[in-house]
Amino acid sequence: MKQPEPRGPVSSLLLATLNGPEQSSPEAPSTASDLAPAVRDAVAATNDFAFDDDLQLTLFCLFELHYSGIDGTSGDWEWNPDLIAARRFLEQAYEAQLRSATTLPELPAPTSADVAAGLFELTGADGGPSMAKYVAKQATEEQIGEFLIQKSIYTLKEADPHTWSIPRLTGRAKAAMVEIQADEYGGGVPERMHSALFAQSMRGVGLDDGYGHYVDDVPAITLASSNLMSLFALNRRLRGAIVGHLAAYEMTSSLANRMYARGFRRLGFNDAVAAYFDEHVEADAVHEQIAGRDLAGGLVEAEPDLLSDVFFGAAAAAVVDTWMTEHILDAWKVGSSSLRSSASVIA
Amino acid sequence: MSAGQHDDDGVAEDGAGDEAAAASIGPRQTIVAFPNGPLLVRGDFDIVDPDGNQLRRSRKTVALCRCGASVIKPYCDGSHKLIGFKTEPES
Ligand code: FES
Repeated sequence: MKQPEPRGPVSSLLLATLNGPEQSSPEAPSTASDLAPAVRDAVAATNDFAFDDDLQLTLFCLFELHYSGIDGTSGDWEWNPDLIAARRFLEQAYEAQLRSATTLPELPAPTSADVAAGLFELTGADGGPSMAKYVAKQATEEQIGEFLIQKSIYTLKEADPHTWSIPRLTGRAKAAMVEIQADEYGGGVPERMHSALFAQSMRGVGLDDGYGHYVDDVPAITLASSNLMSLFALNRRLRGAIVGHLAAYEMTSSLANRMYARGFRRLGFNDAVAAYFDEHVEADAVHEQIAGRDLAGGLVEAEPDLLSDVFFGAAAAAVVDTWMTEHILDAWKVGSSSLRSSASVIA
Repeated sequence: MSAGQHDDDGVAEDGAGDEAAAASIGPRQTIVAFPNGPLLVRGDFDIVDPDGNQLRRSRKTVALCRCGASVIKPYCDGSHKLIGFKTEPES
């Protein structure tokens, strides 16, 4: 990913650090050891971690070292102990906020059937404002471009976070995760990878489809939505939560994507632009069944202790999604842009 | 991938071998009847129209609508949730 613009003192310090060599020397002293204390102080001072631009960007960049890397910086930084220490402070703060912001339903019996039914019930509950309805009926051409930009931060690497969970799962849950992910990755056809279909939609409306191209334009909450997945995915102990998160995404996808596709066609975009959304209507009707019974249910049957984290992951997905939707719709309702700058709209 | 390799070693030459191989790796096709939802078909199969022509199919495992409300039949599009489709308890 290209280097983003810093958004405050902590992300400035991180990016300055990453631009130096990983091995500190008298000639080139590294600022890496300053990072964890700076993060700790900033975390103590913030009043809303999910909406803190400086801290969410810092966490996003630290996670990005494990995905595409950051252009112009050494790959050695990935496992640098000072950076990992800083990441731990950020992860703890975010997880604490999420745990207090989510209310878990009464937990079902730890059987596959009951876990699936419980997740369908949780994700079927009325979840506040609907981005899908807005896009279907009202969004302007400029807003639908912003919608793609906001979505691009995650969707250009769609499925990647959940893939981290595969080696941590066993048996039925593992087979289910692999079956879903194989479909996400196009079943062996690169052009059918969901991230590739999404890139096609971006190009179709005149946007740049380069990974991370719009990272400077999106607000903290959009980074937070992607960071949520990386947090759950890169910590083995949270494997229940990443599984619950995927189940929640799959279970709320088919009907919403039908509405998104309708919105794009309403504005006159062609089938190539709508293909990503059409694909999800059909794919996720398959995935939600597998995710409920075999993946989440299979995991809980194998590891009953993870029951509450499965529901935590699903509930956290819904909470962060609602925050992000509110942020975007609130801006649109008063005629503003949901982006940080309006520099990059449809060409 | 491994199924083809096994064929080469002669284990699956005759019908009895086929059955033994199938039993050891699970059934070749399954239809999973999901409560209040679609029929999930997994394995080696074709979906054809009454004349035997292949229907559009873009994935290996498919969900077939059994509530009647899908707009992408024969596939499920999640509409069963909107209409509150209920299956009988599986016997
Ligand atoms: S069974 Fe899902 S739409 Fe009919």
